[in-house]
Amino acid sequence: MRPFSYQRAKTPAEAAAAVARTPGAKFIAGGTNLLDLMKLQIETPTHLVDVQDLKLDKIEATPDGGLRIGALVTNTTLAAHERVRRDYGVLSRAIVAGASGQLRNKATTAGNLLQRTRCPYFYDTAMPCNKRVPGSGCAAISGYNRPHAIIGSSDACIATNPSDMAVAMRLLDAKVETVRPNGSSRVLPIADFHRLPGKTPQVETNLAPGELITSVTLPKPLGGTHLYHKVRDRASYAFALVSVAAVIQRDGSGRVAVGGIAHKPWRVEAAEAAMRRGAKAVAQRLLAGARPMRDNAFKIPLVERTLAAVMSEARG
Amino acid sequence: MQDDGSEYFAPPVPPAAKSEEATAEPPMVGPTRRAFLAQTIAGGLTLAALEALGPEAALAELGLPPDAATGSASVAAAEHTARVTLTVNGTAHTLDLDTRVSLLDALREHLKLTGTKKGCDHGQCGACTVLVNGTRINSCLTFAVMHEGHNVTTIEGLGTPAQLHPMQAAFVKYDGFQCGYCTPGQICSAVAVLDEIKAGIPSNVTEDFTARPRATNIEMRERMSGNICRCGAYSNIAEAMAEVAGRSA
Repeated sequence: MRPFSYQRAKTPAEAAAAVARTPGAKFIAGGTNLLDLMKLQIETPTHLVDVQDLKLDKIEATPDGGLRIGALVTNTTLAAHERVRRDYGVLSRAIVAGASGQLRNKATTAGNLLQRTRCPYFYDTAMPCNKRVPGSGCAAISGYNRPHAIIGSSDACIATNPSDMAVAMRLLDAKVETVRPNGSSRVLPIADFHRLPGKTPQVETNLAPGELITSVTLPKPLGGTHLYHKVRDRASYAFALVSVAAVIQRDGSGRVAVGGIAHKPWRVEAAEAAMRRGAKAVAQRLLAGARPMRDNAFKIPLVERTLAAVMSEARG
Repeated sequence: MQDDGSEYFAPPVPPAAKSEEATAEPPMVGPTRRAFLAQTIAGGLTLAALEALGPEAALAELGLPPDAATGSASVAAAEHTARVTLTVNGTAHTLDLDTRVSLLDALREHLKLTGTKKGCDHGQCGACTVLVNGTRINSCLTFAVMHEGHNVTTIEGLGTPAQLHPMQAAFVKYDGFQCGYCTPGQICSAVAVLDEIKAGIPSNVTEDFTARPRATNIEMRERMSGNICRCGAYSNIAEAMAEVAGRSA
């Protein structure tokens, strides 16, 4: 691991300014993904700004009936929160479908949104990877690409976003609240938070340098049946091949978002108009323009079948 | 940082014998496994001999560059170290550490509490699980300097050979281990899992998220999935947990 200096910030604005003015600086919260990557020298920060003292660990009701989740709320705390379990069950279910108990106890809400891909070529520093070393090429495109993206990918990168929580956040139309290095704040809809890889796969979100997530807000509850169905190679503690987050109403209408297939949580609102016509109709619109790779064309029928399973479960 | 490079000489695979730290066995008479390993590694060079050489000479003796222990030869030490006070098993310790030292390495290499094990060092195996302020985490995936003032409980703090924690006793009774390497992490995790169930935290196998979860066999298996046991003692671990939870597995 490369050496780094360390400071603990007292306020969000101080933290953002410190990262913005220090070359090579990064925030650290739970650190579960960052330490993993630092040990492999995939991440090589020269300065860490610890945000644990920023008092961003509350979950509170918003005036419009929604919920504001502090950036430092742990994944366990969020999944177990009484209102989240009752009103946003899909979010609780998505969180507990990911990682292990130990990791969820440490990982934070903001950190989960910022975790990096588990593409094995991103992790292997002996291989080319445009995300790790821009311009070096993509070893996954011609390599073993079973876990990779089938839609929204580019000639530069076919990595997927590994988060389960983010799929539920996208489904619920969460908003990401931030503070910028100059102290001003702004709100990014979750749909605009994560980016597709394009020619710059190393840029994964629309956050500016030094911009710090302070909270994530959920709009008022949708009602309906909340489901998260994750398909993976073992029953626990594995990343998704395909996951489906859904909120389905009694008349069969509803929302779906898909994980494990793209560089960001995949939701196509226009596809949801077909919810009452069945999984095939939804999958056709959701996956229009899909570009599967040699080893992962199976994900296309798998998305449809997982959608069918979720719709069937919602009907009871 | 007092780094003699000894982490580079750790045995690459867990030893086959049961770990003395993890079980109820009385202290061994004669050389401990740890002392024995220390004397037989590195092609006959003892750790004591390496320490006597000093870090640079010791690394040269092993054909390693002078920066092998720290990762960089040109580190300005002052800005890359920090003082931290940790309360470990009830005792406060103040340490001056390289900022890169994980909580796991602080426990093992600096406080010599070697009950907590290093397995994968990437949060995948759970051997390093400890309780921080009562919550289980992977001690390999957090920096020691981030834990100023925190209360850390390791396997050594749960119980002693003379006075076992109920979970330690149950692991012995149900043979919840073979080689014992993953056992300290398994036991710390198991203790926390029962607390998490009591606290109403749901899991991926909880059916009704609005009801309180119960300590069923399938719940404990799911919640323990972050602790890998290469010997495959899983069913016995679940039995041990069930006894402590007061239910049959």
